[in-house]
Amino acid sequence: MVMMYSLFLEGIGIQNWTYILVGITFSIYIGIAIWSRASSTKEFYVAGGGVSPLANGMATAADWMSAASFISMAGIISFAGYDGAVYLMGWTGGYVLLALLLAPYLRKFGKFTVPDFIGDRYYSNTARFVAVFCALLVSFTYVAGQMRGVGLVFSRFLEVDINTGVIIGMIIVLFYAVLGGMKGITYTQVAQYCVLIFAFMVPAIFISIQMTGNPIPQLGFGGELVDEPGIYLLDKLDGLSTDLGFAEYTEGSKSLIDVFAITLALMVGTAGLPHVIVRFFTVKRVKDARKSAGIALLLIAVLYTTAPAVAVFARTNMIETVSNQPYNSVPDWFKKWEATGLIEYFDKNNDGLIQYVADEKNNELIVDNDIMVLANPEIAKLPNWIIALVAAGALAAALSTAAGLLLVISSSVSHDLIKKMINPNITETGELLAARLSAVVAVCVAGYFGINPPGFVAATVALAFGLAAASFFPAIILGIFYKKMNKEGAVTGMIIGVLLMLFYMTKFKFGWFGGGTKDDWWLGISPEGFGSVAMILNFIVSLTIMKLTKEPPKSVQEIVENIRIPIDAGKATH
Amino acid sequence: MTKSNAKSYWKENIRYVLILMFFWFLVSFGAGILFKDFLNEFKIGGFKLGFWFAQQGSIYVFVILIFIYVHLMNKLDKKYGYDV
Repeated sequence: MVMMYSLFLEGIGIQNWTYILVGITFSIYIGIAIWSRASSTKEFYVAGGGVSPLANGMATAADWMSAASFISMAGIISFAGYDGAVYLMGWTGGYVLLALLLAPYLRKFGKFTVPDFIGDRYYSNTARFVAVFCALLVSFTYVAGQMRGVGLVFSRFLEVDINTGVIIGMIIVLFYAVLGGMKGITYTQVAQYCVLIFAFMVPAIFISIQMTGNPIPQLGFGGELVDEPGIYLLDKLDGLSTDLGFAEYTEGSKSLIDVFAITLALMVGTAGLPHVIVRFFTVKRVKDARKSAGIALLLIAVLYTTAPAVAVFARTNMIETVSNQPYNSVPDWFKKWEATGLIEYFDKNNDGLIQYVADEKNNELIVDNDIMVLANPEIAKLPNWIIALVAAGALAAALSTAAGLLLVISSSVSHDLIKKMINPNITETGELLAARLSAVVAVCVAGYFGINPPGFVAATVALAFGLAAASFFPAIILGIFYKKMNKEGAVTGMIIGVLLMLFYMTKFKFGWFGGGTKDDWWLGISPEGFGSVAMILNFIVSLTIMKLTKEPPKSVQEIVENIRIPIDAGKATH
Repeated sequence: MTKSNAKSYWKENIRYVLILMFFWFLVSFGAGILFKDFLNEFKIGGFKLGFWFAQQGSIYVFVILIFIYVHLMNKLDKKYGYDV
């Protein structure tokens, strides 16, 4: 009976399983959206301000963990080894900054958006406008990558055209972001967290048991191999890597200063990302904001401590499956991914074997970072339903982040630009309509970039963090911790920080301003890590200009004193 | 809720933040990056210690630090009567 049942399960096939699981999860998201429609701007922007810390923690975690975290990160670590730590520490350490330095005070301040805080704290519409510009810049670079992730999953698992995949994704996001606003997004994100974490953990646990006999992947990848008792998995991988000419897996190859700079830029950037910060406006009290930052990081850490284990499993499995094997007998998954162009094989020496080595001249195999997580269950020969589950999880990760970003874009336009700057007399209904319309436009723009990705999308997603670090972080920190900080200082700091970051990024990524190679990097710091330098410059400029100009009005200094005290947070207001 | 009350609340808060940020720096930039090579001389199970801090340990400590902060601040709120 059990055997017949499992035969039945196998018979369904990967593609049908994917249809079933994606269908079920999408229906859940749409159901939640209908149930939690927003009827006021307050519900649209901050879900009414009464979300519980647990629900907010889960929503923040899903909001945060994007297609990049779910699909790409373990793959990148898998190829980068120790160096992958920059993402692991960078994208989690930022939550310590958020919890200790930002979230409680921004919640007490009680507005709807980040530009709202900047505009009011620095008593200036110029400051507000610069903040809106930065928020849009950061959010658009980020959201295009999410739509691309959706397209990728659809094209591989449902074998539809990548563009059709993007359009299906757009329609789903459109539906619940436009209808439900922050309220709809919050509760779909809670569901999406559950889907994505389950989908990430199940294959990781199975593979961990397969390779090391330990059901906890976090411990498993430091354990001994089942097949070769007495040999540690990491030692074996270090050996395999050096045999093929790669750096030792646990050592990495980036310079110390660059690892330091990238980690810092990612941490600070995380704390400055508007779609993450805005989540803390949705809870009731200041203490809830602190607590939900803790819960969010705990839930994120489940995936982030598993990812390096998945990276090690996938790397070892892949090398053992393909290295020096005849091309004619490669497994099915290899051929399927080859069809998507994400695996490429050139038989340079015509021996019919796959030579996978560090030396570019002799290497015959190119494997895209992005397929490691998606292909991992297939490489490890796990059952079909688990493979399909990973597809559903990847979609949950991409959609939840896309929705959060779209909300930032639409509220920046409808609230910060239209309501606060262009037409302050707009009615509640009018503003709500404007918010929904801007969400529609934002989805279409994001979809366009998903279908026609400009070559720089992949490169700029990581740089969105640099931009956030260089612009928002100093302005917000100084706004809270330094009463005397004035608008002249903050605005100049933000502008110079962002311009310097844009200059460095376009110079070394697109070859503008004379371009340059790795050897020309300032202090040996890569564009990904340069956000740290731009941030420090922002701080220096802000403080210097502040000393030269007049101090902020008493009323603003009183606001600052007031946000430091956690009582009477009230509800988020206009 | 006098002004001096608010001032000393803020002072204690800053002290907590600085202490916790010290540990934040120590486990990530310290153990995971600057002292990685030294710590890699030691092993726990199959993990070299510096590598473990960079890819596992620092994250665990981050989570613990936030919950310590939550706990300390809830106590501080009570002490100053800001616990409403």
